[in-house]
Amino acid sequence: MSKDVTIVNDLGLHARSAARIAQAAGKAASRVWILRGDEMVDAKSTIDVLTLACGKGTTITVKIDHKADAPILERIVEMVEDGFGEQNG
Amino acid sequence: MDSVNKTVEPEAEGETLLQGLPASPGICIGKAYLVHQGGVTVVKKYFIHESKLEAEKNRFKTAVKKSSDELRQIIRDTPEEFQEHADILKTHVMLLNDKMLYNKSIDTIESDRVNAEWALRKVVSHLKPVFMNMSDGYFRDRWYDIANVSDRIMRNLSGEAPVDIRNIDKRVILVAQDLSPAETSQIHLERVKGFVTDLGGIASHTGIIARSLQIPAVLGLETATRRIKNDDLLIVDGFKGQVLINPTEENLIRYEEQRGRFEIRIARMSRGAQAPAETLDGMKIRVMGNIELPEEVVSVRDHGGDGIGLYRTEFQYMSGNRFPTEFELYDKYRDVVEVMAPKPVVIRTLDINGDKAVSYTLQSEEANPAMGLRAIRYCLKKPEIFKTQLRAILRAAVHGNVRLLIPMISSYEEVLATKQIFRETADALESDGIPCNRNIDIGIMVEVPSTVILADIIAREVDFFSIGTNDLIQYSMAIDRQNRQVAHLFDPLHPAILRMVKRVSDVAKETGIGLAMCGEMAGQPINIPILLGLGIEEMSMNPRSIPLIKQSIRALSVQETRDFIGEALAQSTAADVRRVLEAAYGCKLSDNCYTE
Repeated sequence: MSKDVTIVNDLGLHARSAARIAQAAGKAASRVWILRGDEMVDAKSTIDVLTLACGKGTTITVKIDHKADAPILERIVEMVEDGFGEQNG
Repeated sequence: MDSVNKTVEPEAEGETLLQGLPASPGICIGKAYLVHQGGVTVVKKYFIHESKLEAEKNRFKTAVKKSSDELRQIIRDTPEEFQEHADILKTHVMLLNDKMLYNKSIDTIESDRVNAEWALRKVVSHLKPVFMNMSDGYFRDRWYDIANVSDRIMRNLSGEAPVDIRNIDKRVILVAQDLSPAETSQIHLERVKGFVTDLGGIASHTGIIARSLQIPAVLGLETATRRIKNDDLLIVDGFKGQVLINPTEENLIRYEEQRGRFEIRIARMSRGAQAPAETLDGMKIRVMGNIELPEEVVSVRDHGGDGIGLYRTEFQYMSGNRFPTEFELYDKYRDVVEVMAPKPVVIRTLDINGDKAVSYTLQSEEANPAMGLRAIRYCLKKPEIFKTQLRAILRAAVHGNVRLLIPMISSYEEVLATKQIFRETADALESDGIPCNRNIDIGIMVEVPSTVILADIIAREVDFFSIGTNDLIQYSMAIDRQNRQVAHLFDPLHPAILRMVKRVSDVAKETGIGLAMCGEMAGQPINIPILLGLGIEEMSMNPRSIPLIKQSIRALSVQETRDFIGEALAQSTAADVRRVLEAAYGCKLSDNCYTE
C-alpha cells in the first residue's frame, strides 16, 4: 500500500521535517518506507530520510508493509501536503 | 536560523567568509582555538569478549541517554525567544535515537564484537560520504548535525572532560559550538581575543558576556567548528558579523587598521580602572558594580569594581516558565561569589511579584503595581518560594563574601518577619547537614520614605542600609518615571532627596551600621561631591561607569565636600542645588577633565 505526494515547503525534507516523519513512522507496527525514484529509505530514521535530499517540488512515495499502518501513511502524507506547517516565503 | 547563515565558497588564496550574527562589536585578528575538540578524534579499537557484549551495549546506551539529558537540559534553559535554536537541538535529540545511528551502533558492537566508540565511529564514517556527496548545500550540511550528535555521544563514552578553558595559555580566538555560562566565567580574558560560535544569538549568554567584556564576537555561524581548524588565521569582524578564514594580505592590512582605531578608543576609557578610588585627602571609597546576569561579574571585575554592590536576582525567575530550583539558583550565585571572592557580593532577594514573572502575565491586575504585592511583600506571603532563594544564598555564602539585601522594606515588622524566616531556613539547612554560612550581613534597601523616617528603629535589626535612589525618588516625590508627563520632575538633586539621604547616613553613622548607595545617582560624576559630602563611602553602579566614577573620586577631597554639603542642603530647589554644585565642582568634573 503506497501513496505519492509532492513536497511543497521551501526547505524540503530538512532535518526538522525528516524528524517529524520519523517520529510519525516510529509509531507504525510494521515498516514504513519513503521512495524517491529508485531509492528507498526507512521512514523511521531521520538520517535515512535526510539522505534522500528531497527539495521543494520533489515527488516521493510513502509506502507501508502492513495495512494496519494505513492511518500512519495518511498522517505522513498530510504532513507533507501541509508543508509541515511551515510558512513559505 | 537556516536563512541567516550563508557561506560564500572559497575565494582566491583560500580566503573563506562566514556570515553570522554580530554579537559584540570590535575587530580581532588571531589564531583559532577550537574549544571542544580535544580527545575526540583519537578513537581506540578493542575487542569485547562475548560475555561483556551486553555491558558494552549498555555503556553505549548510557552515553546516549546522558547526551539526550544534556540536550534536554539545554533546551529547557533556552528562553522562548530562541526557540529556533531549541528546535535544532530537538532535532539532535531525535538523531541520538535514530535507527541509523543508535540501532546500527548497537548492532555493530554485537556483530563486530568491538567497543562502543569504534562501533559508533564506524557507523558515522559510513554515513559521512552519503551526505558529503549531495549536491544540495543544505542537505550536505546536515552532516554537521550528525557529526555534532556523534561527538556528544563520543564525549560521554570516553568520559573525556571538556577541555579546560582555564588552561588556555596563548592569545587566541575561541571557536566553539557554544560556550556555557560556566565556561565563559572561567576564561582568562587576557588570553581571549574573540569569540566565534556555531550556536547562540545576539542575546545569548556568550553574546552578553562578549559585549560586557568588550571582546569582539560573531555567533550563530552554525558550521564554524567544522570549517575552522585549530591555528587557522582568523579575522573576526564583530561589527558586521563576519569571520574571515585565512584572509588575504589586503584584508589583513585593512582590518588591522580598523582594529587599531577601535582599541585606542577602548583603552582611553578603561585607563586607571583597577587603581583604588582614593580621594585627594586619602579616603578610600568602595566603588562596586550592579549586575543582573552572573556573566556580568567579569565586567565588574574588569572595570575595576570593588565588589558587586547589587546583584539583581529577578532574571532567573523571568527566563523560564517555572520557578528556578534551589540548585539552579545556588549554581549561579556560587559562580558570581567565587569569581568575586574575597570581594563582597550583595545579593538582593526577589524584587518582583514572582507569580507574575513565572506565568508570563504581562498585564497587571493591580492598578498600581509599583505599590502592590512585590519584593519582600510577595516573599513574606510566599515563604516557600522565599526560603528556596534564601537556601541558595546561604549555601553560596560558603564560597565567598556574601551579603543579603532585602528590597522594599517599609516597616519594622517586615524586617523581623524576614529575619525569622532567615533563621528558620538556616536552621533547616544545618539540621540537614548541608554546608551553609549563616554569618552574613543582612541589610535592607532604603527606598520607601517610611523606612527613611523609621531608619533609627530599623537600624537596630540590620547590618547595613543600601539606598536605592530610583525608587526612593519615585515613592518620595510621587513620580512615575514611565509616565512621560511627569518624568522630567524626577531629579536626584531635589533638596528633599538630599535631606533623606542625609538622614539615613546620619543614622548609619550613629548606630555604626554599613551604608551604601546603589541607584543611578551614584553613576553620575557630578553627583559624587554630594554623595561624599553626605558620608557615602560605598557606591554601586552600572559596571561601565566604574572607571569614570573612580576618576571623579580621585579628583576630590572628602573634607572639602563636607564643607560644601552645608551649602547644598540649604538650597530650596533642585535647580539651586545644581547651580552651587556646578559652581564648586563643574570644572573639576566636567567631561574634558577625563580626555587625556
